Amino acid sequence: MDIASLTIDRIHEGLRRRAFSAAELAQAALAFAERENPRTNAYLHFAPERALAAAQRVDRQLAAGEPPGKLAGVPIAVKDVIVTQGLRTTCGSRLLANYVPPYDATAVERLEAAGGVMIGKANCDEFAMGSSNENSAFGPVRNPVAPDRVPGGSSGGSAAVVAQGTAVVSLGSDTGGSIRQPASFCGVVGVTPTYGRVSRYGLVAFASSLDHIGPFGRNVKDAATLLEVIAGRDERDATSAFAPVPDYTASLGESVRGMKIGLPKEYFTGLASETGDLMHAAVAQLEKLGCQVREISLPATGYAIACYYIICTAEASSNLARYDGVRYTYRSPGAQTLLDMYRQTRGEGFGAECKRRIMLGTYVLSAGYYDAYYLKAQKVRTLIARDFQNAFGEVDAIVAPVSPSPAFKIGEKIDDPLEMYLSDIYTITGDLAGIPCMSVPCGRTAEGLPVGMQILCNHFQEETMFKLAAAYESARGF
Amino acid sequence: MDLVTPELLAKYEPVIGLEVHVQLATRTKIFCSCPTSFGAPPNTNVCPVCLGLPGALPVLSREAVELGVRAALALNCHVRAMSRFARKNYFYPDLPKGYQISQYDEPLAENGWVEIAGDGRHKRIGITRVHMEDDAGKSIHDGFRDSDRYSYVDLNRCGTPLIEIVSEPDLRSADEAYAYLTELKQTLQFAEVSTCDMEKGHLRCDANVSVRLRGAEKFGTKAEVKNVNSFRFVKQALEYEIARQVALLAGGGKVDQETRLFNPNTGETVGMRSKEHAHDYRYFPEPDLAPLRISESWLAAIRASMPELPAQKRARFIEGYGLRDYDAQVLTSTREVSEFYETVARVSGDPRTAANWVSTELMGLLNAEGKPVTESPVSAERLGELVGLIKSGAISNKLAKEIFPKMFSTGEAASVIIEREGLKQISDAGALEQIVDGVLAANPKQVEQYRGGKSTVLGFLVGQVMKASRGQANPQKVNELLKAKLG
Repeated sequence: MDIASLTIDRIHEGLRRRAFSAAELAQAALAFAERENPRTNAYLHFAPERALAAAQRVDRQLAAGEPPGKLAGVPIAVKDVIVTQGLRTTCGSRLLANYVPPYDATAVERLEAAGGVMIGKANCDEFAMGSSNENSAFGPVRNPVAPDRVPGGSSGGSAAVVAQGTAVVSLGSDTGGSIRQPASFCGVVGVTPTYGRVSRYGLVAFASSLDHIGPFGRNVKDAATLLEVIAGRDERDATSAFAPVPDYTASLGESVRGMKIGLPKEYFTGLASETGDLMHAAVAQLEKLGCQVREISLPATGYAIACYYIICTAEASSNLARYDGVRYTYRSPGAQTLLDMYRQTRGEGFGAECKRRIMLGTYVLSAGYYDAYYLKAQKVRTLIARDFQNAFGEVDAIVAPVSPSPAFKIGEKIDDPLEMYLSDIYTITGDLAGIPCMSVPCGRTAEGLPVGMQILCNHFQEETMFKLAAAYESARGF
Repeated sequence: MDLVTPELLAKYEPVIGLEVHVQLATRTKIFCSCPTSFGAPPNTNVCPVCLGLPGALPVLSREAVELGVRAALALNCHVRAMSRFARKNYFYPDLPKGYQISQYDEPLAENGWVEIAGDGRHKRIGITRVHMEDDAGKSIHDGFRDSDRYSYVDLNRCGTPLIEIVSEPDLRSADEAYAYLTELKQTLQFAEVSTCDMEKGHLRCDANVSVRLRGAEKFGTKAEVKNVNSFRFVKQALEYEIARQVALLAGGGKVDQETRLFNPNTGETVGMRSKEHAHDYRYFPEPDLAPLRISESWLAAIRASMPELPAQKRARFIEGYGLRDYDAQVLTSTREVSEFYETVARVSGDPRTAANWVSTELMGLLNAEGKPVTESPVSAERLGELVGLIKSGAISNKLAKEIFPKMFSTGEAASVIIEREGLKQISDAGALEQIVDGVLAANPKQVEQYRGGKSTVLGFLVGQVMKASRGQANPQKVNELLKAKLG
């Protein structure tokens, strides 16, 4: 069984023809993943018992002639910032190295209810903060395409496992590009849905107003299928949307002739030359498909990084307060007073990037600075969202690069946070506006490094986005 | 208070504002469905949400909002069409999220008032705002074997819905503060917002106090007094704090802006160890909750369900039933008492006599047994019947007072006791005449005295008749009959 070449359709075909059972597939996928993992460090831990139990449920259903779920038998990895009952959830942090949650995230519940087989938890930047996966307390993830390079972040593990083929699809989370940038770096499809489309219940919060759970897949259809399963209203998340979930795969394959595409001029400056070339080739492909491509402007783009790093750090400083050594976290030994316990636990427990963001966030929320920073940033956020609303008055979708350059070398940017932050310059706007966006592979550089094209659509227009992505994917030849 | 002389104290005017936290009487917590019940074993009424576990999210309880709105309406506040929750960030072991979900610059309701009575006049105390928030858990620092080394935390209370009611600095004495709290508590109990049970911590109070020379316009520097968990203590703490500040200022010193703890054992307030830095709670809008919108129709529905509040009831009792101010006060002390009274008044047809009976006879016996009116062995209907019998003249007030304790101990109806013991008032002329004749025959000397002009003897004769009738004779009729016979 060539697990690395499986898709959801092929798995369902195999199960139907009884070429393999779900249990056999789960065992094979686990064995493959465990064998491959030393090369990438993409998994933090595996869930063999849970995977097997899920697979056996699928086999029993199939044997009983019950209709299989949309993810029946599909090996899935879940980013380790998404909680799993009875299964360690570390968030890539020393503080939660031994934390075993007593409940499942809604997304995990839903994917298992649809027959999905969670085989393990994917490595990530600590508390999803980072663009390279180098901020994991459990070591960096290597890009399966180029092992001396980063897989991107923060969902580096989730992208890497799909790229290496040990999981067919995976769940990641995106706060400022953490799904699309690693998808681009690893050459897979990564989707950030509309804010509120997927319940955040059980997603360990980094920046609540920006956090999204989203899928990775090796093709558009697989990613769309996983999104369809996990999307929809959840009473346990007050910010989850009531809008019904369409059948995302139904419109795949439809023509995109006449679709209006906007290219924001602000996103095409400062691109590495090969990335720029690949983007232009991709745009030419879209025109060939009959799309009407035009340049548009998103004037507030220049303020996005500053705006983002104020809002996300402010929220993070509050969200990360609970890791204080009192109950389930690491606790520094030897502290004699409460204050020392807090200081030492957090000082020893958090990595440098988390500390940096907690300090930034604490600062921008402080009395006397709130108006100048946080409040101002919220206003800028509104302007960024308005830019997109104006644009979607004219175009159906926006196409842009995902990141200015392809995967960089491990260690290359780790000492230069600003340079690192700039690798998210084209992705954070989508999060700030809460619109759906995705990365779809659009080729490789001469060195063989993958590059992704970003598609952004208006709120809840995932169908349009998937339709365009699938048409492009099919034209390029998957 | 021996800190200052009354003369010195009189030169200063206290300025007091109160912050009152009230636990809403919801069945479940504000952001999850855990029960709010009191007294469960530690850390059992908890779930991922109220434990603040990673990944858990709050969902606002509709019931909590409704009770919050009821409180706001009862306190004459303007309920905002849109309010917002905000995070108040601070570290403490009984605060598992590291922040409290409260409201900040867009509270649930604003600009209300309560009226208090003092020195026979009424005074309005402004309510600045009413906002909603979740409660923290409880830290337990002693009582355990290893309490010298560890503190224990019980998170059952975590996520219990609270409202904070902030008054304007309109209170000018400890007595006014006491009256304000009493009125507030009564009002919230009537509105069924909270049980306001202080022993269970359902009502907690912090006081901001300053003093200024009478006639001065500028407020003095205030101190915040915390940890006052009974109304009596609030009064005591304020009296102490006022005197302390007056003594300081009069002695040429100045008041520090600080938080002080009340010590109920000494009756004094003590400054908390001053922190190096003032607390900065870094409030910001809670991103996990959408803004709270209260539609016109929702507000109208809640308004329509509001019961009559104590102030309105008192006014109605005074005007409608002709009660004295004091009786109206007593009979509206709780909603249950007022409802009991109104039933007695209705059944008896004599609201004023009913008022006396409820506030004196019934309350006397209830208080002696430490029972609330809801546990009265005599139902309001039966007390109403008894008072009705007095009104109709079927029994005398005196006889009723003998019957009532029997009703109270047996729970029987007055009519049953009267029937069994043959206690009906004798008004029948024939029967009375017989008794009167007997008394006159037995007391010739007194009859002579009366006829000789010593009219005071009449009282003695009436007494003899009453005695002979075992108290059942109608005293008025007896009087008339005796006078007629003695001609």
